[in-house]
Amino acid sequence: MKKFIYMDYQATTPCDPRVLDKMLPYFCEEFGNPHSSSHAMGMVAAEAVECARQQVASIIGVKDARSVIFTSGATESNNLSIQGAARAYGKKGDQIISTSIEHKCVLESVHAMSKEGFEAKIIPVQKNGIIDLDSLGKALEAPTVLVSVGWVNNEIGVCQPMAEISDICRQRGVLLHSDAAQAVGKIEIDAALVDLLSISGHKIYGPKGVGALYVRMDPALRLKPLFHGGGQERKMRSGTLSPPLCVGIGEACRIASEEMSAEYARLAEFKKYFLERIFASLGKVFLNGDAEKRIPGCLNLSFAGVEGESLMLGMRDVCISSGSACTSSTLEPSHVIQALAVYDDLAHSSLRIGMGRFTTFEEVKYVADKLIEVVTRMRAMSPIW
Amino acid sequence: MSYSKRVMDLYENPANIGTLDENDETVGTAVVGSPACGDVIKFQIKVDEDGKISDAKFKAFGCGAAIASSALVTEWVLGKKLNEASKITNEQVTEYLSLPPVKAHCSVLVEGAVAKAIENYMSKRRKVL
Repeated sequence: MKKFIYMDYQATTPCDPRVLDKMLPYFCEEFGNPHSSSHAMGMVAAEAVECARQQVASIIGVKDARSVIFTSGATESNNLSIQGAARAYGKKGDQIISTSIEHKCVLESVHAMSKEGFEAKIIPVQKNGIIDLDSLGKALEAPTVLVSVGWVNNEIGVCQPMAEISDICRQRGVLLHSDAAQAVGKIEIDAALVDLLSISGHKIYGPKGVGALYVRMDPALRLKPLFHGGGQERKMRSGTLSPPLCVGIGEACRIASEEMSAEYARLAEFKKYFLERIFASLGKVFLNGDAEKRIPGCLNLSFAGVEGESLMLGMRDVCISSGSACTSSTLEPSHVIQALAVYDDLAHSSLRIGMGRFTTFEEVKYVADKLIEVVTRMRAMSPIW
Repeated sequence: MSYSKRVMDLYENPANIGTLDENDETVGTAVVGSPACGDVIKFQIKVDEDGKISDAKFKAFGCGAAIASSALVTEWVLGKKLNEASKITNEQVTEYLSLPPVKAHCSVLVEGAVAKAIENYMSKRRKVL
């Protein structure tokens, strides 16, 4: 067995070797600038970028590839969506709506806009992590420029009802953005439900340092860019594109769409085995987030009586993450787990197990057994168990 | 979190896990911290007729540093007189375990636990006398 078992697929994924193979020629041989379309080398690079754009568009069900622009990652895509839409369409309303369980880059972007006169409206989620549609409807009674809801949550893996959210926003004529970094390649995504959609390369077995943003074409949205330059990417994201990185995220999307249903079924089996094993052997274990409306590869569990960091310490050969305050630099437990109205001691006890493309059944079995062993040992020394 | 070898050794093989009889007049008990903060330490001492600590036990819900600090202090107080045990400081614990700065509060908690257990024992003694 490998030295470490990687079970943190929501943090990042390894680059698929097939992706790397496609990228390599664009570093040293086909190094042209894709924006220098006046000569052959530039055109080769431009073609590769456009092919990648098409591959990204396809995985989110979009025909017109022009609606996809490349960025440095989902953090940039989220920042550009929120700041760019607010600045361009601010006259529609001064409220920006998001939820209490969004990724920090979304929440921080929304809050940052308060300096420019926008008001952040953060709506709660239900105990199962699913957005409360009534709260959304109510919040939308105030003039709103943008709603931003993550498609799949990065900590608990729950899937939001994007079709319903889309209906509510469309009825009011309010723009809808979704951070789909954890959803793309795992479940079917229909970008037509939203106006803006963020994608990350390294969450889908592509390289780090590249992302994409779907920006609705018909009618075309115009975001205010975050920085100035040559006006690339429909004047919304200046800077020379990296053909190898674009090719990487494109190929990653192609492979993910091809293998999505088989991979979903495989991970669903792992999830079933893992949860059955854990629940049969340990009492007072809680699955954070809805049991059904979730991606199978992300399991967030709280183990009563055991603190998350000490639990991870006992599993040093497994790469997992915890919502425990002790593992964060701010000493605050996860804002996502807290938003689920989980008792604080359970928030400190949470562990995220992330399975993906290269996870094997042997690894799942090993981690389940090890977890049972360590939790039992830690509970024996716990004063609150 | 990267911990020193001493922390890891204490985490892997902590001595003195367990509980003493809280109702025993020669036992002092302390519970410090709170589940909401992510750290709860139960610390107990048993005091013999000469005023020396003859047994010490702990239980801990908390990070590796909290477990190691508690385990360490149960070892340190053994055989000490109460006034000597009360001189154990959080700085000594932090230094011995090379705790990173963000974990300093764990050693503060443990210093508090020692003081509280001694105080609990003393209050029982006062009642007896």
